[in-house]
Amino acid sequence: MKAFGTLIATLDTTNKTTLKLEAIDRFLSEAEERDKLWFLALFTGKRPRRNVSTALLRQWAMEITGIPEWLFRESYTAVGDLGETISLILPEPVAYSERSLSEWMELIAGLSNKTEEEKKDFVIHAWQHLPHAERFIFNTLLGGSFRAGISAQSLINALDTHYSIDASTVAHSVMGHWAIDEVSFDDLIKGGYTDVQSSRPYPFCLAYPLDRTAAALGDISEWQAEYKWDGIRGQVIKRNGQVYIWSRGEELVTEQFPEIRDALLQWNGDFVLDGELLAFKDDRVLNFSDLQKRLNRKNPGKKIIQEIPVMLYAYDVLEWEGEDCRHRGLAERRALLEQLYRENACPEVRLSPVIECPSWETLANMQQQARDVNSEGLMLKHKASPYHTGRKRGDWWKWKTAPMTIDAVLIYAQKGSGRRSGHYTDYTFAVKQGDELVTIAKAYSGLTDQEIKEVSSFVNKNAVEKFGPVRTVRPELVFEIAFEGIGFSNRHKSGVALRFPRIVRWRRDKTVRDIDDIEEIKKMIR
Amino acid sequence: MLQFTPKGIYCIPGRFYIDPWLPVDLAVITHGHGDHARAGMQKYLCHHLTVPVLKTRIGPDITVQGLAYNEPLLINGVRISMHPAGHIIGSAQVRLEYRGKVTVISGDYKVQDDGLSTPFELVKCHEFVTESTFGLPIYKWQTVEKQHELLQDWVQQNRDNGKTSVISGYSLGKAQRIMKALEDIAPLYVHTAIGRINQAYESVGIRLPAYQVLDEHTTAAQLDQSVVIVPPALLDTKMIRKIPRKADAICSGWMQVRGARRWQHADAGFPISDHADWQGLLTVVKETGAEQVYVTHGQTAVFARYLNESGITAAVIQTAFGEEEEQNGKPAEQ
Repeated sequence: MKAFGTLIATLDTTNKTTLKLEAIDRFLSEAEERDKLWFLALFTGKRPRRNVSTALLRQWAMEITGIPEWLFRESYTAVGDLGETISLILPEPVAYSERSLSEWMELIAGLSNKTEEEKKDFVIHAWQHLPHAERFIFNTLLGGSFRAGISAQSLINALDTHYSIDASTVAHSVMGHWAIDEVSFDDLIKGGYTDVQSSRPYPFCLAYPLDRTAAALGDISEWQAEYKWDGIRGQVIKRNGQVYIWSRGEELVTEQFPEIRDALLQWNGDFVLDGELLAFKDDRVLNFSDLQKRLNRKNPGKKIIQEIPVMLYAYDVLEWEGEDCRHRGLAERRALLEQLYRENACPEVRLSPVIECPSWETLANMQQQARDVNSEGLMLKHKASPYHTGRKRGDWWKWKTAPMTIDAVLIYAQKGSGRRSGHYTDYTFAVKQGDELVTIAKAYSGLTDQEIKEVSSFVNKNAVEKFGPVRTVRPELVFEIAFEGIGFSNRHKSGVALRFPRIVRWRRDKTVRDIDDIEEIKKMIR
Repeated sequence: MLQFTPKGIYCIPGRFYIDPWLPVDLAVITHGHGDHARAGMQKYLCHHLTVPVLKTRIGPDITVQGLAYNEPLLINGVRISMHPAGHIIGSAQVRLEYRGKVTVISGDYKVQDDGLSTPFELVKCHEFVTESTFGLPIYKWQTVEKQHELLQDWVQQNRDNGKTSVISGYSLGKAQRIMKALEDIAPLYVHTAIGRINQAYESVGIRLPAYQVLDEHTTAAQLDQSVVIVPPALLDTKMIRKIPRKADAICSGWMQVRGARRWQHADAGFPISDHADWQGLLTVVKETGAEQVYVTHGQTAVFARYLNESGITAAVIQTAFGEEEEQNGKPAEQ
């Protein structure tokens, strides 16, 4: 596992993409076939089942070290990662076991039918025979989750460079369903297994935020404009009489949207469409907070389906009758999509309208009023653009309306995890409700490292409570919070929920007297 | 014997302060780091080897008296002596004896012998004032040999790849330690701030590994495959940015934790510290035999609670030590 340990250490420490790619390249050249497969599986979220609970790992570590529970918790707070905390507090190993990544993975998988005593013996023996860097990885593998400092996209780029294969082929096959024991590494990355699964989605094509004036894009007649809907990005697949709905998180969500699934089953032909899943009633897209009530219900009941109906606004077609049409130009794909819709029109799956507009000027007006139809702005897509894999600059732009903002005061702070474990980076903000303060949002990002250090220092000096991860602080620091949407919610004390709240800037010029009042904020809801 | 005042730790019978943070008549100084040795004191008393450091950092005209380790001095009936703290060159624990009662103020200390500072000496006492910068069981240092070996390997790997190794470390203490670790491995260049401290030490006869000071005349060719040592705050300066092929690393105890390594955006992090680790702190506190312990900075609440639960009476004292570390989000470990 040494080579894998070196790889993880490099990925974790440096923030230079070139160094990360070099490290992956070195690993791919040196590692054995099965280790490479495990590497891919772990990095694309195909984690093995957890066979030992984290509670047990924690308990055993405390037993061995004699560290009381409160001290373990304090250590965990400082580290931000359980597997790493355990590895750090354990005594030095007595000897070294040289095993490959796949050998460890197989041993760990084999724990499923073992007794607790047997599991304990195995884990403690491993702890005594691995140096810290590998012991930490072992714990992470045991925990059943794996995260390291590299995105799936960068990993795919690395594979693509190392093997000189087309990125979309790699992405497509690596993201699909495959099992370690059924594939060979080379066949897998070259796409040898891509056709076995009829449910497999394509990687989504992603847009960049518009970084110039729209007019700078050139002739408006070369561009297709649509609303940018604020729902769940979804890819719907109909192949061989079966329908699958994938969300952008590569999660299969078919069961959550039965009305869309049933409608698509009635459509003719096999196809893959890209679109937005939205709550929709009385010819109107509903607020995102309504859609949220529908999400994560395995089998939504009749009542909720009636109360909050969902629909798909389709805007692209990726596959038609078994043919991958992503390489065709958008205009051609749109024509195909429209034809498909004409033949199958139904209320549950509709076409996201194309906004016909003679000039950038009029389009800019529409963009500013996009919120009136509960959209976040516009999408601008070049009519000749193929359906790219992932994010590619230049062909697809998102042109969002300016976010809404409020001024709120920091009242709770918590240390971050991972990279940010040493600092207070997770903040809870409050606004006024008469003379009192009421929490409105949590936000994690938007400050520079320097500002985070300053806020952390403020928290250190103004914390009310000393133990445990959350600090209540004196309400003094005011921040401008931006968000993309706002809706009523009874989950939050304030009665409202903000969509994508983040810190725009620290308002050092303002005091707690200047923050917004909840009643005024509620008036923003449409 | 002691009183904890808004100006600093005060010795009541001796009528002097130890590492005060506001101006006083007589300040006994444990070591030259900025949070322990501040400007504005009428008179300073410290170890011989700290004298040139104070003059360089605070001013050449200060009134300062130097003592050797274990050389006693009587002030208002209090017997003062300095004992090696092993933190940096010249760092001292201050031992105070008055009417048979012994109190030790240890400043910052480490138990490991770094090969440069006089090794830590355990001093038995009734009352012990301790730091707790790394007062959590996750902090456990490797042997000095192993630490040096890892750093040397990294530098060698950079040399093989035709890169300059840029290493950040506090200019007083850590920088000299890095120099020592990399002596004879590669040509050493240091930032002027470190150069000044080196000169201060050399002026009183300390022998340091050979080095050159980095300035505008240093060419890229000279830096090729060399080591450049800079203070943490200066890692991201023009002079460093223009080095064509480089890899950077941070040497600090905080680098023990992945999150801290990632936070710093460096290519590598080495947990090399001039403070005691968890076990080091515990061993020292227990072996002093102290009945009363005061914890001044770092993981104060945690360390004091653990000591109390282990049967050693301990209290947290508010001081201005270690403040710089907190404000800078822990990069400038001193």
